[in-house]
Amino acid sequence: MSEPADPRAPYLSDFESLSKEFYESEPDWLRTVRAAGLARFRDVGFPTLKDEMWRYTNVAPIAKQRFVPSLRLRGDGVSEDRVRPARLSQFEGSELLFLNGRYMPRLSKLKDLPPGVRVGSLSKMLAWQPNAVEGKLGRFARIEGSPFTALNAAFLQDGAFVEVPKGAFVEHPIHLLFLATFHPQPTASFLRNLIVVGEEGRVTVTESYVGLDEGVYLTNSVTEALVADRGRLDHYKLQRESEHAFHVGTLQIHQGRDSVVSDNSLSFGGAIVRNDVNTWFDGEGGELSLYGLYSTHGTQHVDNHTRIDHARPACTSRELYKGILDGRSRGIFYGNIIVHKDAQKTNAMQTNKNLLLSKDALADSIPGLQILANDVKCKHGSSIGQLDEAAIFYLRSRGLDAEAARALLTYAFAREVVDQVKVAAMHAVLSIQLASRLPQTDAVREVL
Amino acid sequence: MALLEIRDLRAKVGEKEILKGVNLTVNAGEVHAIMGPNGSGKSTLANVIAGRPTYEPTGGQVLYDGKDLLAMKPENRAREGVFLAFQYPVEIPGVGNAYFLKSALNAIRRYRSEPELDAMDFMDLVNDRMKLLGFDEAFLSRSLNDGFSGGEKKRNEIFQMAVLEPRLAVLDETDSGLDIDALKVVANGVNSMRNQDRAIIVVTHYQRILNYIVPDRVHVLLDGRIVKSGGEELAHELEKHGYAGIEGEVSAAR
Repeated sequence: MSEPADPRAPYLSDFESLSKEFYESEPDWLRTVRAAGLARFRDVGFPTLKDEMWRYTNVAPIAKQRFVPSLRLRGDGVSEDRVRPARLSQFEGSELLFLNGRYMPRLSKLKDLPPGVRVGSLSKMLAWQPNAVEGKLGRFARIEGSPFTALNAAFLQDGAFVEVPKGAFVEHPIHLLFLATFHPQPTASFLRNLIVVGEEGRVTVTESYVGLDEGVYLTNSVTEALVADRGRLDHYKLQRESEHAFHVGTLQIHQGRDSVVSDNSLSFGGAIVRNDVNTWFDGEGGELSLYGLYSTHGTQHVDNHTRIDHARPACTSRELYKGILDGRSRGIFYGNIIVHKDAQKTNAMQTNKNLLLSKDALADSIPGLQILANDVKCKHGSSIGQLDEAAIFYLRSRGLDAEAARALLTYAFAREVVDQVKVAAMHAVLSIQLASRLPQTDAVREVL
Repeated sequence: MALLEIRDLRAKVGEKEILKGVNLTVNAGEVHAIMGPNGSGKSTLANVIAGRPTYEPTGGQVLYDGKDLLAMKPENRAREGVFLAFQYPVEIPGVGNAYFLKSALNAIRRYRSEPELDAMDFMDLVNDRMKLLGFDEAFLSRSLNDGFSGGEKKRNEIFQMAVLEPRLAVLDETDSGLDIDALKVVANGVNSMRNQDRAIIVVTHYQRILNYIVPDRVHVLLDGRIVKSGGEELAHELEKHGYAGIEGEVSAAR
């Protein structure tokens, strides 16, 4: 009997060969970031169910799979016709397109931006203006946070760099479109985005993850967002990966004084999905709104973790995550709000609601508050339930058939989150995506 | 042919038999009141007619326009023209009043092979009916019954009835919880819908609403049976002597 293969081994050897081929010419600080990420991963390996932060998600299928880093893909291309359905339609803003982890300038559209605003590929920034990135990349998404963040630090390939200088207002949203295609040898894309909003700067960034083929691959993404004093960031993530794919993504937010941040995490695809959203309030008076919607069917597994560190006084956080679980799928919400010792006048509210559409679907709801200050207003709540039979009958008694009634009520359940999506093009995609999971009925069409 | 013909109807809720042989005939153009104390089976009768799944008919027959009503799904009863104004209308956040009503109306029209109404025609209809009940526009964009007061919910039931134009409307304690002004608004709405082709059944505990909606026939339901029927004057008699008087009369007759 041979020992089971060490799942870390291929990553260690990949790192060695990629270092020789690609990383050697990189600035010293970046190589240090990579080496630290790899060392961390080597030390801790893939998480197991014994790890509190991973006790609801078994990542063995990811650990067992041999992935080729997408940096190794050569001559990868895709036609506009294939890309078009994944784009946001009637979208006014800039769109940066990445295919299997690689920036595709010809398929991207950059609109005029206010003076001083920089939007582009992170790898290009690293190549041409590494100073703009140094000291920020990897500072907030700490490799100790998750083995996948450590892996991402080691292998990060490309993603977006968005920098909004002091006082600049970027009117149209910036859309980051990450596409994955199927390759006979499953690939892993390590995506890293860096968003820097200066004092009183304001920008909306939307991220879409779309699988163009049904197949196995891994998307490992980390977005770091630094929002300075009185800055504002509205962030969206729409995850529509292949239902055979794995997606592990982290959004790490760092907020200055009186800054305002919102995030909408909208998760539909993937076989095994883990979404982490972490925020650190680093100044008084910050405001944060976190919304989430996860809709699963079949055997999908989606695990949402949020962590909010109220490290400074008088910050407000509002959180609402909703799950719609069908088939034999499983959805998890694990929320953690930590009110630090001196964070008086904290106002925090956390809500998770789940709708089970089948008797075999499973929801885990684990809201959490740790309060170390004494003058705070904090509340959390969670629910797991089925469609209300009384409501179904009420709708049927007005002439809607049972299926339409169920669809309408399911859509109504999601609506509280859907209506928080302020980017019209994103709202439209989301509505279509949601409707596609519901029975195709005229009733729902009327409501959409 | 009567529009509604109920013969020896029996029904249970859970394990409990509530209706123990109800007989009732309602013709088009008539308004009937069904009165009775709490627990007599009034709401059960209303819900059985509408087809609520937890109310299980165990015997007897209900013919609507000559068709076997109990064999129809609730949505098909609605499409055939049966309407129940709920005693406790359900709050449904996230479903807009107007959208909901338009999908309901068009579902009914499709069933009848009538052309669907587009948004403009629908709004014309809705505006017309809103005037009838003194509703304002804001009400349409709100979620279905969400955060409505008791009176607003009841008015919304009557509004839905006015838009869907049923042939048989059953009002289940629509008067309960209404102040006198709201009661008048609701009653005016109902009266404006009285016509030769439509029958209305007013289920109520109290005689008060019958001062405004004057019935053609009044029935007293006691312990799952209709024990007495009469004209409008029966309601006044009940108001004077209470249900206890009838109970005494009925047991004396047995």
